[in-house]
Parts: sequence; structure tokens; C-alpha cells
Amino acid sequence: MNSVLAVFEPGGDAATALYIVAFSLFIVGIKQGTHPTTAKRGNLVAAGGMAVAVVTTLLLDGMGNWGLIALGLGVGTAVGVIASIRVQMTEMPQMVALYNGVGGGAVALIAWSEIRHGISLGEEIPLDELIPILFAGVVGSISFWGSNIAFAKLQDLIPTRPLAVPGQQVINAVLLIGIVAACVSIAVGNDDPSQITFVAILIAAGVLGNLVVLPIGGADMPVVISLLNAFTGLSAAAAGFALDNVALIVAGTLVGSSGTILTMEMATAMNRSVANVLFAGFGGASGGGGGGSTEERPHVSIGAQDAAIKLAYADTVVIVPGYGLAVAQAQHAIKEVADELEKRGITVNYAIHPVAGRMPGHMNVLLAEADVAYENLREMEEINPEMARTDVAVVVGANDVTNPAAKNDPDSPIAGMPIIEVSEAQQVIVIKRSLSPGFAGIDNDLFYEPNTSMLFADAKQAAADIAAEIQNL
Amino acid sequence: MSLMTEITIFVLAVFVGFEVISKVPTTLHTPLMSQTNAIHGIVMLGGLIVLGFADDGLEYVIGTIAVAFGAINIVGGFMVTDRMLGMFSKKPKPKAEADGKGGGA
Repeated sequence: MNSVLAVFEPGGDAATALYIVAFSLFIVGIKQGTHPTTAKRGNLVAAGGMAVAVVTTLLLDGMGNWGLIALGLGVGTAVGVIASIRVQMTEMPQMVALYNGVGGGAVALIAWSEIRHGISLGEEIPLDELIPILFAGVVGSISFWGSNIAFAKLQDLIPTRPLAVPGQQVINAVLLIGIVAACVSIAVGNDDPSQITFVAILIAAGVLGNLVVLPIGGADMPVVISLLNAFTGLSAAAAGFALDNVALIVAGTLVGSSGTILTMEMATAMNRSVANVLFAGFGGASGGGGGGSTEERPHVSIGAQDAAIKLAYADTVVIVPGYGLAVAQAQHAIKEVADELEKRGITVNYAIHPVAGRMPGHMNVLLAEADVAYENLREMEEINPEMARTDVAVVVGANDVTNPAAKNDPDSPIAGMPIIEVSEAQQVIVIKRSLSPGFAGIDNDLFYEPNTSMLFADAKQAAADIAAEIQNL
Repeated sequence: MSLMTEITIFVLAVFVGFEVISKVPTTLHTPLMSQTNAIHGIVMLGGLIVLGFADDGLEYVIGTIAVAFGAINIVGGFMVTDRMLGMFSKKPKPKAEADGKGGGA
């Protein structure tokens, strides 16, 4: 009887039953989302569950402030619709980061509102409510700010390089201890919790979210986004505990646990552990040591015409697309090159590294958008044994995922990361704007190998030129 | 709901989440992450409840922003996932036909 949840009672069995329908649909939706044939339906099923949950909540007895609810729903829906129609497929990762961030932000705000409400009633807030509120506030705030940094990095608003302050780990640890201590002080004094302390906790958690994500390099960002996604789920579940809302508890927990598994699968695909991603910034100080004298190494540079000739007289060609292809929107132009080659009876396959693009699966989406047939997309494990029999491997805007140092140099920061073994192919053409290193911040030995030719150009332009040259041959 | 009931539900949901996700093809990692991302937009219910029962100025502001954030999370999340998955289903025409004949379900 001492906070918002007491008012929730009128909802009773009917509301709970509808919430059960809603979270059942979520479970079915996620399950279907793991299979290619049912994924699209699964998403609609989950969206249907969400509709049930939202309508049920709107119909709860005693709800008021309809004008403000309409305002919030209207603005949020409009932003969501416009953003998701406008977003380019290449920008998908940062879009997910942003959506995740606002979810975390909503949780933190709800926690704040709950604690204000509790204080205004002037009674003791029971611990089984207060502790979830504190957890939701802290994790929600970390998720909000962490996601915003992830967004800013992927959108190139801030450098994707690992940015670290000296003594970073110490600062983080002190912040975390301070946050926990402040939470304990609120919990102990739960008969009269301090709102100022709570807001300070939200701010400190926000700073911590910034500091944790800033030192992480662009290559690891998908793992971070996935992890923050799981965190937001857990914080939503905590909000469910505070509000006694079964839909929030189940849906939030589902996202928390399924998101954790997804995060681990992604990290495994990159041969990194989650702890490694979080606490050891990729590249950074250790990266410089691995390369040795990097600037003056000789390489072969060619033009579009030479590349076209090499390709046109090959029997088998493997295209290795990377994030650079996505950035340059070159997927359609590359498809044209492949079409020209196939007209000449040349076998063309695409080798997809598990983390090509900026998220696992991202490259498949981009190539599907360009109408590349599903069967031509070959996974790394499948294509690597065929590399030695490949005449020409074309690396388009990919870098770290082709770096032989991952195999040959145990001191390399990416040592052990699975790579597409393009250097095994008879000839390699690398289409790239410069010799600059990729997200890992290290030099790529591939560029300096004798069978590698560099074509320095924007990927889209280069692909268009090559397609035209092949036609002229 | 008693605390213990809630904890029971929580623990069971943890295991359901673990079980439901095993062995996802890499291709579906991004769409699936995006879909689960949309599902945690469920926090909007919390925002609705908080705002629906709010009775002072700052709570109105906080609640409205929370609802708007939650709505962005839900609407944007599901729509973007649908767009991503649409990329896949559109393409393999011969395959889709075969599926339609064979599966039915």
C-alpha cells in the first residue's frame, strides 16, 4: 500500500493472464528467431506479444495522465518509425545500440520515479522493492550511457580507437565501489532514502558506463552492444520486481539470459572472451610493438584495368567483403563485378567471416540487400580449405579478418583470431583506400606479400571501374 | 505476488532464455540481437504505469520521457528487425517456392 504497485492490484488476474499470453509470445518469437525460415514470423509474433502487453497496461484501472501518455507514445513511435525507415543497412549496428540505450534510459528513469514516489509517501520503502530499484537505476544508467558511446563510436562521432585514461581500471573500480556503497547507504536508511544520493548514483553509473565503453575498440563493439542489450534486459526485470509486474520480470530476464548466450557466441566467433573484450582494449599500447618497422615496407599497387585482367582470366574467384564495403555502399557494385565474371564462366563465391561488417551476420544482410544468392555466401570454415585452389581472392574493405599475423605471429594482439586465409590463394587483390590499419589498429602483413596487389580506391568506385574494364576486355 | 514467487519466475525465465537460444547461425546473430533488444522495450509498461499514476511535476516529465524512450525501443526495434529479415526472405525465389510446396507450415 505504499507505492505505485499497490495501485496495480485492480489489474488482478485478467491483466496477469494477458501478460502471460504476452511473454509466451515472446518466448515463441525468440525461438523462431533462431531459424532462418521462421525468423521473420518470429519477430512478428514477438511484436504481437508486445502489443498485447501494452494494450493490457493501458487498460489498467486507475491509469491517468492520458495526455502525457499520448504525448510520450506519439513522440516515441514517430521517432522509432522514422529512424528505422531511414536507417541504412550499414548503420544497423549503431541503430541497435541507440535503441538499446533508450531502453536502458527508460529503466533508469522509472527507477528514479519509483524512488521519488516512495519518498513522497513518507513511509519506509521495503527492501524487496528498494534493492531492485537501485539495481535497475544503476544498470539502466550504465546501459544508457554505454550504448550512447557505442553509437557515437560506430557513427564515427568519436574515434573508434580505444581511448583510455591512465589508471582507468582504478578509476572504474573506485566508481563501482562508490556506487555500491551509496546503494547500501540508501538501503540501510530505507525509512528515509535520500533522492540526492540516488541521482548521484545515476550520474556515477553513467560516468562508469562511459568509462567502460570508451577504451574498447570498434572491432569489439558488437560484443559490447550485445552485452549491454543483456544488461538492459536484466535491469528491465529488476524494474519488474519493483513494480510487481510479471511481464517485465519474464521478458527482461529472457533478454538478459538469451542476450548473454548471444554475447558469448559472438565473442567466440572472434576468439575473444567477454572479459578480454571489456578489460583489454584492442590494439592500443601493445599493438605498436607487434608490427616492428611498419612505414617503409614495399607493396605492389595496381589500377582497375590490371585488376580486371587478373579477374577475367581466372577460373575461380573468391570475394572477401568487409566493413569498408559496407561503408562505401559497394555491395551492388561488387555484385556487378561478380555478374560480369559469371558471364565469362568464372566461379565466384563470397567468403564471409563470422564478424565481417560490424556485427556477426551484418555482411549477410548487406549482400542479401544486393541480391547476392544465398548459396554463394560461404562461411569461413567452409571456404578456407578451398583457398589454395582459388585463382584470385578479392579483399574489399576487409582488413583484420585477413591478417595472416593472427596465425603466424603469437605476439600479435589478434593472435588466434580465426581469419580468412586469402594469402593461400594464387593471387590477392586488396581494394582499400590506404594502407592504414583496421579497427584492431595493427598493420596487415597481407598487404606486403609478393602475391598481393593493392588497389587504392573507394570500394564502390573501384568495383564499378573493374566491372566496366571487364566488359571492355 | 510474493518475493519468492517472483524469484521462482525469474530463475525459470533465466533457464528458458538459455535454452531457447542455443545454436544460432551467425547470419541471424544481428537480427536476433535486434529482436531481443526490441523485447526489452517491455520497460515501457513500467513507464506507462509510473506515468499513469504520477502526481507531481517532475514525475510527469520523467514518466513522459520514459514512455517515449520505451516506445522508440519497441517500435524502432521491431521495425528494424523486420527490415533486416526482409532482406533474407526476399531473395531465394526458387528456394521459397520449394519451401511453400514442401512445408506448408
